[in-house]
Amino acid sequence: MSDKNKSTAHNDSRRNFLRQSSALTALAIAPQAVLKAAEGKMDEKIAGYFEKMPLSIEVNGKMHQLSVEPRVTLLDLLREQLHLTGSKKGCDHGQCGACTVHVNGSRINSCLSLAVMNEGKKITTIEGLAQGDKLHPMQEAFIKHDGFQCGYCTPGQIMSAIACIKEGHANSEAEIREYMSGNICRCGAYPNIVDAIVEVKNAGGKL
Amino acid sequence: MEKQFFFDADTPDPDRVDGRAKVTGSARYFAEYTLPDMTYGVLVTSPVTKGRIKALDTKAAEKAPGVIAVLSHLNKPSVPGYEAPPAEGRGPGMRIFYTDKIYFNGQPVALVVADSFERATYAATLVRAQYEKEEFRTDFDANLDKAVAPRAPGAAEYKRGNIDAYKNAEVQLESEYFIPTEMHNPMELHGILAHWESPEKVIMYAKTQGVKATQQTVTNLFKLQAQNVQVFSEFVGGAFGIALRTWPHEVATVMAAKMVGKPVKLVLTREQMFTMVGYRPQAKQKLGMGATKAGILTGITHEAIGQTATYDEFTEGIVNMTKFMYACPNVNTRYKVLPLDVCVPIWMRGPGEATGAFALESAMDEMAYRLGIDPVEFRIRNYAETDPQRNQPFSSKYVKEAYQMGADKIGWSKRNPVPGSMKNGDWQVGYGMSTGVFTAGRGGATVRAVISDDGMLLLQSAVSDIGPGTGTAMVKIASDLMGMPFEKIRFELGNSSLPPAPSQGGSSTLSTVGSAVNDACLALQEQLAILAGQKTFAGKTKQDIVFSNGRIGLKNEPASAIGYAELLRQNNTPAVEVTKDSRQGEAARKYSIYSFSIHFVEVNVHPATGVVKVTKIVSVGDAGTIVSAKTAASQMIGGAVGGIGMALTEEAIMDHRFGRYVNHNFADYHVPVHADVPHVESLFINKPDPIINPMGAKGMGEIALIGFSAAVANAVFHATGKRIRSLPITPDKILQTKAV
Ligand code: FES
Ligand code: FES
Repeated sequence: MSDKNKSTAHNDSRRNFLRQSSALTALAIAPQAVLKAAEGKMDEKIAGYFEKMPLSIEVNGKMHQLSVEPRVTLLDLLREQLHLTGSKKGCDHGQCGACTVHVNGSRINSCLSLAVMNEGKKITTIEGLAQGDKLHPMQEAFIKHDGFQCGYCTPGQIMSAIACIKEGHANSEAEIREYMSGNICRCGAYPNIVDAIVEVKNAGGKL
Repeated sequence: MEKQFFFDADTPDPDRVDGRAKVTGSARYFAEYTLPDMTYGVLVTSPVTKGRIKALDTKAAEKAPGVIAVLSHLNKPSVPGYEAPPAEGRGPGMRIFYTDKIYFNGQPVALVVADSFERATYAATLVRAQYEKEEFRTDFDANLDKAVAPRAPGAAEYKRGNIDAYKNAEVQLESEYFIPTEMHNPMELHGILAHWESPEKVIMYAKTQGVKATQQTVTNLFKLQAQNVQVFSEFVGGAFGIALRTWPHEVATVMAAKMVGKPVKLVLTREQMFTMVGYRPQAKQKLGMGATKAGILTGITHEAIGQTATYDEFTEGIVNMTKFMYACPNVNTRYKVLPLDVCVPIWMRGPGEATGAFALESAMDEMAYRLGIDPVEFRIRNYAETDPQRNQPFSSKYVKEAYQMGADKIGWSKRNPVPGSMKNGDWQVGYGMSTGVFTAGRGGATVRAVISDDGMLLLQSAVSDIGPGTGTAMVKIASDLMGMPFEKIRFELGNSSLPPAPSQGGSSTLSTVGSAVNDACLALQEQLAILAGQKTFAGKTKQDIVFSNGRIGLKNEPASAIGYAELLRQNNTPAVEVTKDSRQGEAARKYSIYSFSIHFVEVNVHPATGVVKVTKIVSVGDAGTIVSAKTAASQMIGGAVGGIGMALTEEAIMDHRFGRYVNHNFADYHVPVHADVPHVESLFINKPDPIINPMGAKGMGEIALIGFSAAVANAVFHATGKRIRSLPITPDKILQTKAV
């Protein structure tokens, strides 16, 4: 099959899919007016609404059943659609660490992961660390040691710091510096961040 | 009424007032606000460096899914302020979408608005532009002969005594220094969220160092009533200078929001941060220095050329420090700008002075070695007890003590002063030091203070906090004066409707707004005393009343004291409010008011690879009273970290065939990371300046960085005998430079 045929086939199947009313009801977030228009003229603008994929994802202990475009990054999903804006965008290229979150317990740069790649996974963001009013020990330590100024890199630093200890990469200040080097702080709070991590590591509590 | 201060060292230094918001992710930066029906803007930028837009085809983009509009010079809404002729003296300025002219590579040519970020991003790739290219100039080195005197008055020349006196000195030095273009690169991307609530009213969530400045700019451009232009900027993810002006893409977003009648949010990409929000301009400097054999300076000549843009002039104080730092009878300076086809620069932390200090403090070190005098001792021999530029006293200056503190802490006297003499395994070890200085300014600001019968004190002022901890420092000042705990005081900022305050820049916020907080608290106490005289202490006047530990009572009758809340309740007054404007008096003009810093560093240099590591840092701040020890220490640490980047890694590199930066991302433009930064020891003189303001506190954001790069270069010289006069000190330069 040539490329051209392939894309026609894709469009056809999309349109057929849309014409089935059972499929339409499944698209819970599509507004009624759009559905109507979709059944009539398949104009490209409207088709765009349906170029989404289902996604089940657990974020900070809460299950979400979503429908997202495959090109949406995990970071943009969190920030723009789930309004969890604690995870920051500093580069969108995996170069700064501001977007660090935990996926199934491991730290990743959420700007480098498409949302749909995280089907069925458990995401923890900075908003998921505190238990009600009680801060996570790493959050406490950052406040105590003044591990930030503007605060923009801070959520990423904290998520990374927790993982750094859990990974067993916090056995010396030098090792912490090495394994935290993916998280840039332009305000230059590094020495205080290292102090905070050392303190939490030495306290030896469960993270 | 007795004034009570509680600036006492044993009250524990409190945590930041916004710490909890920052560590939980609840602090909201501009891009994190959502308005109903919000849309997303993405810029299309010019790949051409100079010329004009011949044709712009936006049809495909307009048809793409979710696209609401494509804004360009072809269909822009009217911006009355852009229709007036440009102001004299600074070039035409960048009137975005008001011209088909291209002034620099990366200039926005269109703005695509769509209902999602992804759709706007995709549609932006569909905009097709054709350009008529013109020959351009971006190469600084190749065009030095085209440098001109700046149009800004007073910036060009300075002299005292004889010109070029160094040429007749017993010992002479003539050196050239280069610093490359440096990018501020705060972690938060720049941008804005704008929404017209009616044809006459616009609100903006902005990344700005001055909500009032942004309000003013938009008010003027769109000819609106100031109260109908509201700017919010509660949290700012770093700025270091980039948010000191309202940039073209912000105006473009306001235009777009007007056009589509919906909120538009625009966030730059990191690449765009290299071309749209300014930078520390590259500069070439020549320093001539003359001294007697006994180490007394006889003449300094400091010449500098800094980069600017063809369409807008930018100047900064590169040669300022040379005019007054040392007691030298003959000093002349010359400053020129070189306009190129690039985006206009903007002040970056320690603006100008950081550039100049690299040259001056490197030369001081070089001269000290040439004379065979210890670099600290050489500076002390030429110590300026009074300001030699303005012939008046310094308001306060404890730089001699600062030299001593820093030298003791790092173990300066224990080093072997001979260059190339110290080792740590394979590594060569070196020690270097330098001085930094910056004007300690104080402008005018207004603060409203409201104390209510629930025991809360609310302070409000339209200042921004880009990270230093302004809110924390203000609460500390109020807490000390009112004797109230931190938790009972709230400082509101980042909102243009609050009482006016200047932009956060030039290390003046603490001094300016802090003074207004101070004055507002005192005025509040006066009102409370008057209130107390009505009923609680009927018949007593404010002379009989004292404030202590958050209580108000009668002099010599401690048992009479009651809390503020109780006082208000007893007098059936829900709240007492004062609004106070505060600014520096005339008397301060008779003094030169500066903050000073001394930096000592230890470096390790690897002779085989040329790698330089900063291994120890001691920075001493002479910045008057330290209001909040914790945030002040963080400021000093942050400056040192910025200084490491400036000294060792940071350099924006342009390919002059295209007029485009080639390292416009964090992988290729190297800012310091954890692994580059050792423990930083920050020390403070912590003695009040008697002139500047009631707290005796001087600013310190700039001095934390100014001079630092010279300390590193001087340490590299001590380690290796190699004098590197061009930043950053990368391994290739170490390997290619000969030891003296
Ligand atoms: S935003 Fe993800 S690494 Fe920078
Ligand atoms: S606190 Fe500002 S970037 Fe880290």
